[in-house]
Amino acid sequence: MTRYVIIGTGVAGFSAVQTLSSLEPGANITQVSDDPHGFYSRPGLAYYLTGEIPEKQLFPFLKRGKLNLDVQQVSGRVTHLDPQSHSIVINPAGTLVYDRLLLATGAKSVPLDIPGGDLHGVVKLDNLEDTRKILSMIRRTKTAVVIGGGVLGIELVEGLGAQNVKVNYLLRGDWYWSNVLAEAESRMLERNLVHDGVTLHHRTEIVEILAKKGKVTGVRTSKGDIIRCDMLAVGIGVKACIELAQAAGLKTDRGILVNEYLQTSEPDIFAAGDVAQIFDPSSGYSSIDNLWYPGRKQGRVAALNMAGQNQIYQRTVAINVLLLAGVMTSIIGAVGSGREEGQAYTTRGSSETWQQLPNTIATESGTAVSQLRLMVGEQTLLGALVMGDQNISRPLRELINNQVDITPIRDQLLHSSAELGQCVMDYWIKTKR
Amino acid sequence: MKYPLSSESHHLRTLITGHVVPEPERCIQCGICSFNCPIGIDVRFHAWTGEYVEDPTCLTCGECIERCPRGVLHFETTELYLEEKE
Repeated sequence: MTRYVIIGTGVAGFSAVQTLSSLEPGANITQVSDDPHGFYSRPGLAYYLTGEIPEKQLFPFLKRGKLNLDVQQVSGRVTHLDPQSHSIVINPAGTLVYDRLLLATGAKSVPLDIPGGDLHGVVKLDNLEDTRKILSMIRRTKTAVVIGGGVLGIELVEGLGAQNVKVNYLLRGDWYWSNVLAEAESRMLERNLVHDGVTLHHRTEIVEILAKKGKVTGVRTSKGDIIRCDMLAVGIGVKACIELAQAAGLKTDRGILVNEYLQTSEPDIFAAGDVAQIFDPSSGYSSIDNLWYPGRKQGRVAALNMAGQNQIYQRTVAINVLLLAGVMTSIIGAVGSGREEGQAYTTRGSSETWQQLPNTIATESGTAVSQLRLMVGEQTLLGALVMGDQNISRPLRELINNQVDITPIRDQLLHSSAELGQCVMDYWIKTKR
Repeated sequence: MKYPLSSESHHLRTLITGHVVPEPERCIQCGICSFNCPIGIDVRFHAWTGEYVEDPTCLTCGECIERCPRGVLHFETTELYLEEKE
Protein backbone atom coordinates (compact mmCIF):
# COMPACT_ATOMS: atom_id res chain seq x y z
CA MET A 1 0.00 0.00 0.00
CA THR A 2 1.32 3.44 -0.93
CA ARG A 3 2.44 5.46 2.08
CA TYR A 4 1.27 9.07 1.72
CA VAL A 5 2.75 11.73 3.98
CA ILE A 6 1.46 15.29 4.07
CA ILE A 7 3.32 18.03 5.92
CA GLY A 8 1.01 20.85 6.92
CA THR A 9 -2.57 21.18 8.20
CA GLY A 10 -3.62 24.28 6.27
CA VAL A 11 -6.26 24.19 3.56
CA ALA A 12 -3.92 22.64 0.95
CA GLY A 13 -2.91 19.83 3.31
CA PHE A 14 -6.50 19.27 4.45
CA SER A 15 -7.78 19.20 0.89
CA ALA A 16 -5.10 16.64 -0.05
CA VAL A 17 -6.09 14.39 2.88
CA GLN A 18 -9.76 14.66 1.94
CA THR A 19 -9.01 13.81 -1.70
CA LEU A 20 -6.78 10.82 -0.89
CA SER A 21 -9.31 9.50 1.65
CA SER A 22 -12.12 9.55 -0.86
CA LEU A 23 -9.93 8.24 -3.68
CA GLU A 24 -8.48 5.30 -1.77
CA PRO A 25 -10.59 4.41 1.29
CA GLY A 26 -8.31 2.86 3.91
CA ALA A 27 -5.21 4.42 2.35
CA ASN A 28 -2.10 4.85 4.48
CA ILE A 29 -2.14 8.64 5.06
CA THR A 30 -0.10 10.46 7.69
CA GLN A 31 -0.36 14.20 8.28
CA VAL A 32 2.40 15.95 10.18
CA SER A 33 2.29 19.44 11.65
CA ASP A 34 3.71 21.49 14.51
CA ASP A 35 0.49 23.53 14.70
CA PRO A 36 -1.37 21.95 17.65
CA HIS A 37 -4.74 23.16 16.37
CA GLY A 38 -4.95 21.22 13.12
CA PHE A 39 -7.13 22.55 10.31
CA TYR A 40 -8.88 25.87 10.87
CA SER A 41 -9.75 28.96 8.87
CA ARG A 42 -6.59 31.05 8.89
CA PRO A 43 -8.25 33.96 7.03
CA GLY A 44 -11.03 33.73 9.63
CA LEU A 45 -8.55 34.87 12.31
CA ALA A 46 -9.28 38.44 11.21
CA TYR A 47 -12.92 38.00 12.27
CA TYR A 48 -11.92 36.34 15.54
CA LEU A 49 -9.76 39.38 16.21
CA THR A 50 -12.63 41.80 15.54
CA GLY A 51 -14.90 39.76 17.80
CA GLU A 52 -17.34 38.79 15.04
CA ILE A 53 -16.91 35.07 15.76
CA PRO A 54 -15.78 33.07 18.78
CA GLU A 55 -12.66 30.91 18.52
CA LYS A 56 -14.47 27.60 18.09
CA GLN A 57 -16.12 28.96 14.94
CA LEU A 58 -12.75 28.91 13.19
CA PHE A 59 -12.92 25.13 12.99
CA PRO A 60 -15.03 23.83 10.10
CA PHE A 61 -16.70 20.43 10.19
CA LEU A 62 -17.12 20.31 13.97
CA LYS A 63 -20.71 19.26 13.45
CA ARG A 64 -19.88 17.03 10.53
CA GLY A 65 -18.33 13.81 11.72
CA LYS A 66 -19.40 12.39 8.40
CA LEU A 67 -16.25 13.63 6.66
CA ASN A 68 -14.68 10.70 8.47
CA LEU A 69 -11.16 11.25 7.24
CA ASP A 70 -8.97 8.20 7.61
CA VAL A 71 -5.69 9.87 8.52
CA GLN A 72 -3.04 9.44 11.16
CA GLN A 73 -2.07 12.75 12.75
CA VAL A 74 1.50 13.21 13.97
CA SER A 75 2.36 16.27 16.02
CA GLY A 76 5.86 17.68 15.69
CA ARG A 77 8.24 19.71 13.60
CA VAL A 78 9.85 18.15 10.54
CA THR A 79 13.56 18.83 10.88
CA HIS A 80 14.98 16.88 7.98
CA LEU A 81 13.90 15.57 4.58
CA ASP A 82 15.92 12.98 2.70
CA PRO A 83 14.63 12.41 -0.85
CA GLN A 84 17.10 9.55 -1.42
CA SER A 85 15.81 7.36 1.40
CA HIS A 86 12.26 8.75 1.07
CA SER A 87 12.15 9.70 4.73
CA ILE A 88 11.53 12.64 7.03
CA VAL A 89 12.68 13.21 10.60
CA ILE A 90 10.06 14.58 12.99
CA ASN A 91 10.95 16.13 16.32
CA PRO A 92 10.05 14.39 18.63
CA ALA A 93 8.20 11.57 16.81
CA GLY A 94 11.22 10.18 14.92
CA THR A 95 11.73 8.98 11.35
CA LEU A 96 8.87 8.42 8.95
CA VAL A 97 9.17 6.79 5.53
CA TYR A 98 6.99 7.88 2.60
CA ASP A 99 6.31 6.79 -0.95
CA ARG A 100 4.73 10.13 -1.92
CA LEU A 101 5.20 13.32 0.04
CA LEU A 102 3.27 16.60 -0.07
CA LEU A 103 4.91 19.76 1.23
CA ALA A 104 2.12 22.12 2.29
CA THR A 105 4.21 24.04 4.78
CA GLY A 106 2.61 27.42 4.09
CA ALA A 107 4.11 30.85 4.64
CA LYS A 108 5.06 32.89 7.66
CA SER A 109 5.28 36.60 8.42
CA VAL A 110 8.36 38.51 7.43
CA PRO A 111 9.89 40.14 10.53
CA LEU A 112 11.07 43.75 10.56
CA ASP A 113 14.73 44.03 9.65
CA ILE A 114 15.53 46.11 12.73
CA PRO A 115 16.34 44.94 16.27
CA GLY A 116 13.49 44.49 18.75
CA GLY A 117 11.32 41.91 17.01
CA ASP A 118 11.29 39.73 20.12
CA LEU A 119 10.15 42.46 22.53
CA HIS A 120 6.95 42.06 24.50
CA GLY A 121 4.25 43.86 22.53
CA VAL A 122 5.55 43.05 19.04
CA VAL A 123 2.90 40.87 17.40
CA LYS A 124 1.93 39.30 14.08
CA LEU A 125 -1.13 37.47 12.75
CA ASP A 126 0.11 34.19 11.29
CA ASN A 127 -1.85 31.65 13.26
CA LEU A 128 -4.28 31.02 16.08
CA GLU A 129 -1.61 31.31 18.77
CA ASP A 130 -0.70 34.79 17.47
CA THR A 131 -4.34 35.87 17.63
CA ARG A 132 -4.72 34.52 21.16
CA LYS A 133 -1.59 36.43 22.12
CA ILE A 134 -2.95 39.71 20.73
CA LEU A 135 -6.31 39.23 22.46
CA SER A 136 -4.62 38.39 25.77
CA MET A 137 -2.74 41.70 25.62
CA ILE A 138 -5.61 43.82 24.37
CA ARG A 139 -6.91 45.05 27.77
CA ARG A 140 -3.58 46.63 28.54
CA THR A 141 -3.19 48.10 25.06
CA LYS A 142 -4.35 51.66 24.52
CA THR A 143 -2.34 52.57 21.43
CA ALA A 144 -0.86 50.41 18.67
CA VAL A 145 1.31 50.97 15.64
CA VAL A 146 0.54 48.77 12.65
CA ILE A 147 2.98 48.46 9.77
CA GLY A 148 2.32 46.82 6.41
CA GLY A 149 -0.03 47.40 3.50
CA GLY A 150 -2.12 44.71 1.84
CA VAL A 151 -4.66 42.44 3.44
CA LEU A 152 -2.70 41.49 6.55
CA GLY A 153 -1.99 45.11 7.53
CA ILE A 154 -5.58 46.24 7.24
CA GLU A 155 -6.81 43.12 9.07
CA LEU A 156 -4.62 44.12 12.00
CA VAL A 157 -5.78 47.74 11.82
CA GLU A 158 -9.46 46.81 11.75
CA GLY A 159 -9.09 44.07 14.35
CA LEU A 160 -7.32 46.31 16.85
CA GLY A 161 -9.70 49.19 16.09
CA ALA A 162 -12.68 46.92 16.82
CA GLN A 163 -11.08 46.18 20.21
CA ASN A 164 -11.03 49.93 20.97
CA VAL A 165 -7.29 50.32 20.47
CA LYS A 166 -6.14 53.65 19.04
CA VAL A 167 -4.27 52.71 15.86
CA ASN A 168 -1.44 54.48 14.03
CA TYR A 169 -1.10 52.92 10.58
CA LEU A 170 2.31 53.28 8.92
CA LEU A 171 2.31 52.98 5.12
CA ARG A 172 5.40 52.74 2.95
CA GLY A 173 3.77 54.24 -0.15
CA ASP A 174 1.80 57.38 -0.96
CA TRP A 175 -1.43 55.50 -0.35
CA TYR A 176 -2.63 52.20 1.10
CA TRP A 177 -1.65 49.05 -0.95
CA SER A 178 -0.14 51.18 -3.68
CA ASN A 179 1.08 48.26 -5.81
CA VAL A 180 -2.44 46.89 -6.27
CA LEU A 181 -4.89 49.76 -5.72
CA ALA A 182 -5.09 53.00 -7.68
CA GLU A 183 -5.02 56.22 -5.71
CA ALA A 184 -8.78 56.94 -5.92
CA GLU A 185 -9.59 53.40 -4.81
CA SER A 186 -7.22 53.56 -1.90
CA ARG A 187 -8.39 57.01 -0.78
CA MET A 188 -11.93 55.66 -0.52
CA LEU A 189 -10.71 53.09 2.03
CA GLU A 190 -8.45 55.55 3.79
CA ARG A 191 -11.39 57.93 4.34
CA ASN A 192 -13.24 55.13 6.11
CA LEU A 193 -10.22 54.25 8.24
CA VAL A 194 -9.76 57.88 9.29
CA HIS A 195 -13.48 58.12 10.05
CA ASP A 196 -13.04 55.11 12.35
CA GLY A 197 -10.28 56.90 14.24
CA VAL A 198 -7.18 55.45 12.55
CA THR A 199 -4.24 57.83 12.11
CA LEU A 200 -2.49 57.29 8.79
CA HIS A 201 1.22 57.97 8.24
CA HIS A 202 2.13 57.80 4.54
CA ARG A 203 5.68 57.22 3.24
CA THR A 204 6.68 56.22 6.73
CA GLU A 205 8.78 53.32 7.95
CA ILE A 206 10.10 52.29 11.34
CA VAL A 207 13.78 52.93 11.95
CA GLU A 208 13.87 52.04 15.64
CA ILE A 209 11.67 50.23 18.13
CA LEU A 210 11.70 51.94 21.52
CA ALA A 211 11.43 49.79 24.62
CA LYS A 212 11.59 49.81 28.39
CA LYS A 213 12.21 46.70 30.49
CA GLY A 214 11.77 44.44 27.49
CA LYS A 215 8.45 45.96 26.47
CA VAL A 216 7.59 48.12 23.46
CA THR A 217 6.95 51.76 24.34
CA GLY A 218 7.04 53.34 20.90
CA VAL A 219 8.68 53.59 17.48
CA ARG A 220 10.94 56.13 15.82
CA THR A 221 9.90 56.67 12.21
CA SER A 222 11.87 57.45 9.05
CA LYS A 223 10.47 61.00 9.30
CA GLY A 224 12.10 61.42 12.69
CA ASP A 225 8.86 61.31 14.68
CA ILE A 226 8.35 59.24 17.80
CA ILE A 227 4.99 57.48 18.11
CA ARG A 228 4.25 56.08 21.56
CA CYS A 229 2.51 52.70 21.60
CA ASP A 230 1.92 49.61 23.74
CA MET A 231 1.79 47.27 20.78
CA LEU A 232 3.56 47.02 17.42
CA ALA A 233 1.71 44.83 14.93
CA VAL A 234 3.74 43.71 11.93
CA GLY A 235 2.01 42.68 8.70
CA ILE A 236 4.51 43.62 6.01
CA GLY A 237 4.26 40.36 4.12
CA VAL A 238 4.85 36.64 4.19
CA LYS A 239 7.60 34.36 3.02
CA ALA A 240 7.06 30.78 1.89
CA CYS A 241 8.42 28.18 4.36
CA ILE A 242 10.96 26.63 2.01
CA GLU A 243 13.79 25.86 4.43
CA LEU A 244 13.09 22.12 4.60
CA ALA A 245 12.91 21.80 0.82
CA GLN A 246 16.01 23.94 0.35
CA ALA A 247 18.06 21.84 2.76
CA ALA A 248 16.92 18.69 0.94
CA GLY A 249 18.22 20.06 -2.36
CA LEU A 250 14.86 20.69 -4.01
CA LYS A 251 14.70 23.53 -6.51
CA THR A 252 13.37 26.69 -4.88
CA ASP A 253 13.00 30.38 -5.63
CA ARG A 254 10.51 32.53 -3.65
CA GLY A 255 8.64 29.27 -3.05
CA ILE A 256 9.21 25.61 -3.86
CA LEU A 257 9.32 25.36 -7.64
CA VAL A 258 6.77 22.94 -9.06
CA ASN A 259 5.62 22.07 -12.55
CA GLU A 260 2.00 22.17 -13.72
CA TYR A 261 1.46 18.79 -12.01
CA LEU A 262 2.60 20.40 -8.72
CA GLN A 263 5.59 18.08 -8.71
CA THR A 264 8.88 19.38 -7.32
CA SER A 265 12.32 18.65 -8.76
CA GLU A 266 12.05 15.31 -6.90
CA PRO A 267 9.39 13.19 -8.66
CA ASP A 268 7.87 11.72 -5.49
CA ILE A 269 7.60 15.05 -3.69
CA PHE A 270 4.82 17.52 -4.42
CA ALA A 271 4.04 21.00 -3.09
CA ALA A 272 0.80 22.97 -2.76
CA GLY A 273 -0.61 26.10 -1.13
CA ASP A 274 1.28 29.21 -0.02
CA VAL A 275 4.63 27.44 -0.35
CA ALA A 276 4.23 26.38 -3.99
CA GLN A 277 5.59 28.53 -6.80
CA ILE A 278 3.79 27.06 -9.77
CA PHE A 279 4.94 27.10 -13.37
CA ASP A 280 2.38 28.35 -15.83
CA PRO A 281 3.13 26.97 -19.33
CA SER A 282 0.98 29.63 -21.01
CA SER A 283 2.93 32.59 -19.59
CA GLY A 284 6.26 30.88 -18.96
CA TYR A 285 6.35 32.33 -15.41
CA SER A 286 6.17 30.73 -11.98
CA SER A 287 4.13 32.47 -9.33
CA ILE A 288 2.67 32.06 -5.85
CA ASP A 289 -0.98 32.48 -4.88
CA ASN A 290 -1.45 33.27 -1.19
CA LEU A 291 -5.14 32.61 -1.49
CA TRP A 292 -7.45 30.12 0.23
CA TYR A 293 -9.33 28.65 -2.73
CA PRO A 294 -6.34 28.11 -5.02
CA GLY A 295 -4.64 26.43 -2.02
CA ARG A 296 -7.58 24.08 -1.66
CA LYS A 297 -7.58 23.32 -5.37
CA GLN A 298 -3.83 22.75 -5.41
CA GLY A 299 -4.11 20.31 -2.49
CA ARG A 300 -6.65 18.32 -4.44
CA VAL A 301 -4.65 18.25 -7.69
CA ALA A 302 -1.43 17.34 -5.85
CA ALA A 303 -3.24 14.46 -4.11
CA LEU A 304 -4.58 13.14 -7.41
CA ASN A 305 -1.07 13.20 -8.86
CA MET A 306 0.38 11.55 -5.75
CA ALA A 307 -2.11 8.76 -6.37
CA GLY A 308 -0.80 8.35 -9.90
CA GLN A 309 -3.34 10.33 -11.88
CA ASN A 310 -2.04 12.75 -14.45
CA GLN A 311 -3.82 15.97 -13.53
CA ILE A 312 -2.65 19.36 -14.70
CA TYR A 313 -3.29 22.22 -12.28
CA GLN A 314 -5.51 24.52 -14.30
CA ARG A 315 -4.82 27.98 -13.02
CA THR A 316 -7.94 30.08 -13.08
CA VAL A 317 -7.80 33.82 -12.76
CA ALA A 318 -6.89 34.76 -9.18
CA ILE A 319 -9.78 36.36 -7.32
CA ASN A 320 -10.22 37.55 -3.79
CA VAL A 321 -13.26 39.20 -2.29
CA LEU A 322 -12.61 41.20 0.83
CA LEU A 323 -14.31 43.61 3.13
CA LEU A 324 -11.65 46.33 3.29
CA ALA A 325 -12.42 49.18 5.68
CA GLY A 326 -16.08 48.35 5.31
CA VAL A 327 -15.98 48.37 1.50
CA MET A 328 -16.68 45.11 -0.33
CA THR A 329 -13.83 44.73 -2.81
CA SER A 330 -13.26 42.15 -5.55
CA ILE A 331 -9.85 41.88 -7.16
CA ILE A 332 -9.82 39.76 -10.28
CA GLY A 333 -6.78 38.97 -12.45
CA ALA A 334 -3.96 41.40 -13.26
CA VAL A 335 -4.72 44.83 -11.82
CA GLY A 336 -1.50 46.00 -10.20
CA SER A 337 1.44 48.18 -10.99
CA GLY A 338 4.17 45.57 -10.84
CA ARG A 339 6.39 44.05 -8.17
CA GLU A 340 8.42 46.47 -6.15
CA GLU A 341 12.11 46.34 -6.88
CA GLY A 342 13.81 43.78 -4.67
CA GLN A 343 10.49 42.55 -3.25
CA ALA A 344 11.27 39.10 -1.91
CA TYR A 345 8.01 38.37 -0.18
CA THR A 346 4.34 38.08 -0.94
CA THR A 347 1.28 39.15 1.02
CA ARG A 348 -1.48 37.04 2.51
CA GLY A 349 -4.81 37.06 0.73
CA SER A 350 -3.22 38.07 -2.55
CA SER A 351 -1.77 36.61 -5.71
CA GLU A 352 1.47 37.52 -7.44
CA THR A 353 -0.49 37.48 -10.69
CA TRP A 354 -2.33 40.62 -9.55
CA GLN A 355 0.93 42.53 -9.74
CA GLN A 356 1.75 41.47 -13.29
CA LEU A 357 2.02 44.23 -15.83
CA PRO A 358 -0.01 43.11 -18.82
CA ASN A 359 -0.20 45.10 -22.03
CA THR A 360 -3.43 46.83 -21.15
CA ILE A 361 -5.16 50.16 -20.92
CA ALA A 362 -6.82 50.90 -17.61
CA THR A 363 -10.28 52.37 -17.80
CA GLU A 364 -12.21 53.38 -14.73
CA SER A 365 -15.30 54.96 -13.32
CA GLY A 366 -16.25 55.75 -9.77
CA THR A 367 -18.32 57.61 -7.26
CA ALA A 368 -17.75 58.44 -3.62
CA VAL A 369 -18.92 54.98 -2.60
CA SER A 370 -17.97 52.69 -5.47
CA GLN A 371 -15.13 52.19 -7.91
CA LEU A 372 -14.73 50.07 -11.01
CA ARG A 373 -11.46 49.58 -12.87
CA LEU A 374 -10.98 47.36 -15.91
CA MET A 375 -7.68 46.30 -17.47
CA VAL A 376 -8.53 46.18 -21.15
CA GLY A 377 -6.32 44.05 -23.39
CA GLU A 378 -6.29 43.81 -27.18
CA GLN A 379 -9.21 41.41 -27.35
CA THR A 380 -9.99 40.40 -23.78
CA LEU A 381 -10.29 41.81 -20.29
CA LEU A 382 -7.23 40.89 -18.21
CA GLY A 383 -8.20 42.19 -14.82
CA ALA A 384 -10.77 44.13 -12.85
CA LEU A 385 -11.22 45.75 -9.50
CA VAL A 386 -14.70 46.31 -8.13
CA MET A 387 -15.30 48.28 -4.94
CA GLY A 388 -18.70 48.87 -3.38
CA ASP A 389 -21.59 47.60 -5.47
CA GLN A 390 -20.69 44.01 -6.44
CA ASN A 391 -23.34 43.28 -9.08
CA ILE A 392 -20.76 43.43 -11.81
CA SER A 393 -18.11 41.25 -10.14
CA ARG A 394 -19.54 37.85 -11.12
CA PRO A 395 -19.96 38.76 -14.82
CA LEU A 396 -16.46 40.23 -14.83
CA ARG A 397 -14.94 37.09 -13.38
CA GLU A 398 -16.57 35.02 -16.10
CA LEU A 399 -15.51 37.37 -18.88
CA ILE A 400 -11.91 37.44 -17.61
CA ASN A 401 -11.62 33.76 -16.75
CA ASN A 402 -13.15 32.56 -20.02
CA GLN A 403 -11.13 35.10 -22.01
CA VAL A 404 -14.28 36.24 -23.79
CA ASP A 405 -13.62 38.34 -26.89
CA ILE A 406 -14.62 41.91 -26.01
CA THR A 407 -13.80 43.43 -29.41
CA PRO A 408 -17.44 44.57 -29.97
CA ILE A 409 -17.39 46.75 -26.82
CA ARG A 410 -13.70 47.60 -26.55
CA ASP A 411 -14.01 51.15 -27.91
CA GLN A 412 -17.01 51.80 -25.76
CA LEU A 413 -15.10 50.63 -22.67
CA LEU A 414 -12.19 52.90 -23.45
CA HIS A 415 -14.21 56.01 -24.23
CA SER A 416 -17.38 56.15 -22.14
CA SER A 417 -16.34 55.53 -18.56
CA ALA A 418 -19.65 56.69 -17.08
CA GLU A 419 -21.38 53.66 -18.59
CA LEU A 420 -18.58 51.19 -17.88
CA GLY A 421 -20.48 48.87 -15.55
CA GLN A 422 -23.67 48.90 -17.59
CA CYS A 423 -21.74 48.26 -20.80
CA VAL A 424 -20.04 45.19 -19.30
CA MET A 425 -23.28 43.89 -17.81
CA ASP A 426 -25.19 44.26 -21.09
CA TYR A 427 -22.43 42.49 -23.00
CA TRP A 428 -22.22 39.65 -20.46
CA ILE A 429 -25.98 39.08 -20.68
CA LYS A 430 -25.67 39.03 -24.46
CA THR A 431 -22.88 36.43 -24.35
CA LYS A 432 -25.00 34.23 -22.05
CA ARG A 433 -27.85 34.03 -24.55
CA MET B 1 -45.32 18.80 -9.88
CA LYS B 2 -45.87 22.48 -9.10
CA TYR B 3 -47.99 23.93 -6.32
CA PRO B 4 -49.98 27.17 -6.65
CA LEU B 5 -49.27 30.05 -4.30
CA SER B 6 -52.19 31.30 -2.26
CA SER B 7 -50.73 34.80 -2.14
CA GLU B 8 -49.22 36.98 -4.81
CA SER B 9 -47.10 38.74 -2.25
CA HIS B 10 -43.64 39.24 -3.66
CA HIS B 11 -42.14 38.90 -0.20
CA LEU B 12 -43.87 35.61 0.45
CA ARG B 13 -42.94 34.39 -2.98
CA THR B 14 -39.28 35.13 -2.30
CA LEU B 15 -39.41 33.38 1.06
CA ILE B 16 -40.94 30.29 -0.46
CA THR B 17 -39.06 30.08 -3.72
CA GLY B 18 -35.65 31.35 -2.67
CA HIS B 19 -32.76 29.26 -1.52
CA VAL B 20 -29.22 30.18 -0.57
CA VAL B 21 -26.56 29.36 -3.13
CA PRO B 22 -22.85 29.40 -2.21
CA GLU B 23 -19.89 30.20 -4.40
CA PRO B 24 -17.02 28.10 -2.92
CA GLU B 25 -14.32 30.01 -4.80
CA ARG B 26 -14.95 33.03 -2.58
CA CYS B 27 -15.32 31.18 0.72
CA ILE B 28 -12.59 31.14 3.37
CA GLN B 29 -14.57 28.98 5.83
CA CYS B 30 -14.66 31.67 8.53
CA GLY B 31 -18.05 30.34 9.66
CA ILE B 32 -19.74 33.73 10.11
CA CYS B 33 -22.69 32.38 8.10
CA SER B 34 -23.20 29.35 10.35
CA PHE B 35 -22.64 31.42 13.48
CA ASN B 36 -25.38 33.86 12.52
CA CYS B 37 -27.94 31.36 11.23
CA PRO B 38 -30.90 31.70 13.65
CA ILE B 39 -31.72 28.02 13.43
CA GLY B 40 -28.17 26.68 13.35
CA ILE B 41 -27.82 25.41 9.79
CA ASP B 42 -24.16 24.76 9.03
CA VAL B 43 -24.21 27.03 5.96
CA ARG B 44 -20.43 26.94 5.80
CA PHE B 45 -20.49 23.22 5.02
CA HIS B 46 -22.60 23.98 1.96
CA ALA B 47 -20.05 26.61 0.97
CA TRP B 48 -17.35 23.90 1.18
CA THR B 49 -19.24 21.36 -0.92
CA GLY B 50 -20.85 23.93 -3.23
CA GLU B 51 -24.33 22.48 -2.60
CA TYR B 52 -27.38 24.75 -2.36
CA VAL B 53 -28.84 25.19 1.13
CA GLU B 54 -31.87 22.99 0.65
CA ASP B 55 -32.43 22.37 4.34
CA PRO B 56 -36.21 22.24 4.92
CA THR B 57 -35.76 24.24 8.14
CA CYS B 58 -34.09 27.18 6.32
CA LEU B 59 -36.14 30.34 6.86
CA THR B 60 -34.55 32.07 3.84
CA CYS B 61 -34.17 35.03 6.19
CA GLY B 62 -31.01 36.09 4.38
CA GLU B 63 -28.98 36.62 7.55
CA CYS B 64 -26.10 34.43 6.28
CA ILE B 65 -26.03 36.34 2.98
CA GLU B 66 -26.07 39.68 4.74
CA ARG B 67 -23.30 38.79 7.20
CA CYS B 68 -20.86 37.04 4.87
CA PRO B 69 -17.83 39.34 4.50
CA ARG B 70 -16.76 37.73 1.22
CA GLY B 71 -19.98 37.81 -0.80
CA VAL B 72 -20.04 34.00 -0.99
CA LEU B 73 -23.80 33.56 -0.71
CA HIS B 74 -26.72 34.76 -2.78
CA PHE B 75 -30.37 33.92 -3.31
CA GLU B 76 -31.62 31.99 -6.26
CA THR B 77 -35.20 31.03 -6.84
CA THR B 78 -36.61 27.67 -7.72
CA GLU B 79 -39.84 27.36 -9.68
CA LEU B 80 -40.86 24.28 -7.75
CA TYR B 81 -43.61 26.06 -5.82
CA LEU B 82 -44.65 28.61 -8.42
CA GLU B 83 -47.97 28.68 -10.14
CA GLU B 84 -47.84 26.91 -13.47
CA LYS B 85 -47.99 29.32 -16.36
CA GLU B 86 -50.97 28.87 -18.55
